[in-house]
Amino acid sequence: MTTTTRTPAPPRPEAAVAGPTLARLTGVELRKLADTRAGRWLLITIGLIAAVIVVVQLFVVEAPDQTFTAFFTPSLLPVGLLLPVLGILSITGEWSQRTALTTFALVPRRERVIVAKLAAVVLAALASVLVSLAVAAVGTLAAGATGGAGAWTFDWQLLPHAAVFQVVNVLMGAAFGLLARNTPLAIVTYLLLPTVWSLLAAMISALREPARWLDTSYTMEPLLGAEMTGGQWGRLGVSLAVWVLLPLVAGLVRTLRREVS
Amino acid sequence: MIEVDQLTKRYGPHTAVADVTFRCEPGTVTGFLGPNGAGKSTTMRMICGMTPPTAGGATVAGRPYRDLPNPGREIGVLLDASAQHAGRTGREALTLAARTMGVDRARVAAALDRVGLNETAARRRVGAYSLGMRQRLGLALALLGDPRVLILDEPANGLDPEGIFWMRGLLRDFADRGGTVLLSSHLLREVEAVADRPVVIGGGRVVAQGGKDELLAGAGTLVRARDAHALRLTLERAALPATAGTDGGYVVRAEPGQVGQAAADAGLVLTELRPAGSGGLEQLFLTLTAGASTKEAVR
Repeated sequence: MTTTTRTPAPPRPEAAVAGPTLARLTGVELRKLADTRAGRWLLITIGLIAAVIVVVQLFVVEAPDQTFTAFFTPSLLPVGLLLPVLGILSITGEWSQRTALTTFALVPRRERVIVAKLAAVVLAALASVLVSLAVAAVGTLAAGATGGAGAWTFDWQLLPHAAVFQVVNVLMGAAFGLLARNTPLAIVTYLLLPTVWSLLAAMISALREPARWLDTSYTMEPLLGAEMTGGQWGRLGVSLAVWVLLPLVAGLVRTLRREVS
Repeated sequence: MIEVDQLTKRYGPHTAVADVTFRCEPGTVTGFLGPNGAGKSTTMRMICGMTPPTAGGATVAGRPYRDLPNPGREIGVLLDASAQHAGRTGREALTLAARTMGVDRARVAAALDRVGLNETAARRRVGAYSLGMRQRLGLALALLGDPRVLILDEPANGLDPEGIFWMRGLLRDFADRGGTVLLSSHLLREVEAVADRPVVIGGGRVVAQGGKDELLAGAGTLVRARDAHALRLTLERAALPATAGTDGGYVVRAEPGQVGQAAADAGLVLTELRPAGSGGLEQLFLTLTAGASTKEAVR
């Protein structure tokens, strides 16, 4: 083999090198949520848990109280517990499985990948609210058929609140995942930090007032009801700035600078 | 076309890559050759925007990698064949990449076919793949966007001899059609077999580069005569520095013409006279990298 002069290939047309749109990247990230066995089972589990809660409600709630709302609201909590795991895994999976090497080779502007990931998990969170609505509807029909109230009473304010509740849950998970970049660390931190915070606030009286603004288990609770005051929104905003926005920004900066290997 | 300009990477006091400069022209295969821990992978990761360099820069197709809007369509990259999600099937890994690049889905099947992964293999999870199969999948991924440039880190790793032979042919063909290839290897034979331009790196520095012929030219002449003893005396008399090979021949630090002349003057019958070639390059590789640290860089 010797070095000979070869004619260079003609330049390719400009259209072929146009970058992927955010919508396309979001589609890819949505696909990644479901294209592994682990990911698929997490999604199935989230759906199943919502269904199980409704079945339990059918047995434990007094017949006259078996309304649509009575089925819908309780299903939000366990789903809200698993959505952060989905958020965490969507980010940390790239590092633990080292697919970041491929992902960022195809999309070197890493912030676009992160934004697409956040969009994908937010869409998943919104879809989970639809699942909650669907299983609640089935529960209401079943209640009507089995002698319960089966009333379709529903305060529509509850719907945007539920959507915010689940979106916040999944984003908080993603933010922790972005900051920790390591699945076990992110999950443990996510589960432990708020609990430790609540415990401290319960023990130390000086922390009680800040906790009302910073403890997400406290500030997010009103989202499960139909009424929310301006003060409650304010406290929610402050707690989210600390527990979602801050880790999100710090994690993003870290990811952009990080060495991928 | 790949241009690497004074790339440098330091990790604290440790310098992984120092002042590395080279070019890869269209139509050529550049072999990035060096022992383990010499800085090959770090250099390649810097070229692909994965590792921020401490100093210097690199461009691919005229632009820094990170500025390319859709790099997969211009540059095929395989930095680590093991960096695939173990739970995804081979086909799914390619489908994700095809969607990201905006490449027709039909190309996925074609790419799998091109690297010799059949239907059964494509449906299996990557976790169940052998290293050789992962290399093939990685190569399929790199070729998927129909790029003009290939950057491959140790692509022969884990391939069986037949697979290595197949890959050489594929890369040679890619370059012959005007493509640019940069591949790394710690195996001299590998680089020798496929590359026309070796870039030898040791201890983070480029210690030799150029056309293979140029590098080999400096490697001396191999000579063999029917009467080995007479040949040795003749070489001594002509003051040509020679070292005895393992198989009765001599490697002489001189042009074949000089050696042939000396033999003719002495009336010797030569059975072999040629540039030392591969044997010489091997010696060159060993000498050039002997002083270099062969410890794996600790990152």
